[in-house]
Amino acid sequence: MRKILLGAAGLLGFLVVWQLIPTLGLADPHDLPYATDVFGWLFQEVRDLAFWRRLRLTMTSWAIGLTLATLAALALGTVVGMVPFLRRATHTTVEFLRPVPSVALIPLAVLMFGLQMRAALVIIVYAAFWQVFVQVIYGVADVDTVARDTARSFGLTRAERLRYLVLPTALPYLMTGLRLGAAVALILAVTAEMVIGNPGIGRMIELSRSSGDAVGLYGLVVVTGVLGLLVNVVFRFVERRSLAWHQSVLADEAAR
Amino acid sequence: MTALGAGRARPRDLGVRVAENVLFAVGLPVLAVGLWAVWSTRSTNRFLVGPRALLDAFRQTWIGPAFVDDVLPSLYRLLIGLFASVLLGVAAGVVIGRLRPLREILEPLLEFFRAIPPPVLIPVAMLLLGITDTMKVVVIVSGAIWPILLNTIEGVRATDSVMMETAHSFRISRWDRLWLLILPAASPRIMTGVRQALSVALILMVISEMFASSAGLGYRIAYFQRNYLIAEMWSGILLLGLIGVFLAVAFGVVERRVLRWYHGMKEVNRG
Repeated sequence: MRKILLGAAGLLGFLVVWQLIPTLGLADPHDLPYATDVFGWLFQEVRDLAFWRRLRLTMTSWAIGLTLATLAALALGTVVGMVPFLRRATHTTVEFLRPVPSVALIPLAVLMFGLQMRAALVIIVYAAFWQVFVQVIYGVADVDTVARDTARSFGLTRAERLRYLVLPTALPYLMTGLRLGAAVALILAVTAEMVIGNPGIGRMIELSRSSGDAVGLYGLVVVTGVLGLLVNVVFRFVERRSLAWHQSVLADEAAR
Repeated sequence: MTALGAGRARPRDLGVRVAENVLFAVGLPVLAVGLWAVWSTRSTNRFLVGPRALLDAFRQTWIGPAFVDDVLPSLYRLLIGLFASVLLGVAAGVVIGRLRPLREILEPLLEFFRAIPPPVLIPVAMLLLGITDTMKVVVIVSGAIWPILLNTIEGVRATDSVMMETAHSFRISRWDRLWLLILPAASPRIMTGVRQALSVALILMVISEMFASSAGLGYRIAYFQRNYLIAEMWSGILLLGLIGVFLAVAFGVVERRVLRWYHGMKEVNRG
């Protein structure tokens, strides 16, 4: 209760300071508009269908990108993680490709696919893939050796071992990877729209910048922040739910 | 794995093992480049280039004045931004982490700011600061500071309370407590934050230059793409990739030095 009150006070304080800066003339309202104006603008936008349509476009490319990246990472990560030979052979390649900033691929994606959602997807998938892939490899390789040998001697088939041994071990890692990947995918979905210009929230941001609409720009920044927050909250919730049986979550619950 | 290997190490095996490791390290990359070279001689896709052409373009584009005019300023801004983020993030993180009321007031606010996709802040920074170098550094800091700040807060919070009380009763000064206890205790978390900040900073360096610049690495790559200079564009992508890899390796070295005691402790606990 105390936490919620203090947190609300913090948010309120921030909004008051924001409102005061242009009011007291510390910044030009053209550069930093009044908080009331920005939230007034937001209030109007959320009643406009066009706004929701753009939001849907952004979230569609986010969802498709994240799904493709997760599926690819899951398939490749499981295979590579389970075969020590492959793990050793791919190590340097992975360590080289992973730090390549995905935005470096924007020009390439534009050349290949033009100013469309597909170009954005290339970047989203590339960025989100590594987040999930690396976690899956760690997770699959983390299977307890005693448990593995036990499963072998009890004659579990390959499918059974995947289901009862590898999946439970790798699931916490996968969930972490998903949470990280979801956040990264959102960042790149918006960024791609800003730079490439495929329609969505990011393109709206770029348009309001070039037309000098500061109120709309700040309003959209708030929108992206709320989106990011929602993605974080939802994926943290899914993580806790799917790992309700897991030691880390159980210990947390017990401590409450 | 190293422990197991060391136990078996006989001089005769050593050469074989080194050769095997090298083979595993370079095998796949060499194979990939080989296939790529063969394939590029037959391909007619004009957006892809072979390794030979790429290397030529790389030499002609980046080695020479372009390195001084475009690459060094970009890297300079990147490093300034990173250092500023670490300094500000750790300083603010220690203060917020130590003061519980302050932490509770700021927590939702910080969660929100961290959730904003950092590139969105570029137009805002352009509005407030104009298209300047300061703007680009501010953009890098405004994106890279959050993982450092939040991880520092967590690390400082988790400092062992018994150690803190011991330090109190020994009347260790505030300053010494900070340097000898709080910061070392938080350093594994801080380093995690810095590693996340590294990739964010690199992305922001590129995007801010693609957006608002007439020089720099990001600008060059976008320029090559718009003018259909395909091999040059690929060479820019390669250079960015190399910078990313270099940063990751350099950070790995620093991290191992800073956290040597921590990794050592973990080994002991495990053993």
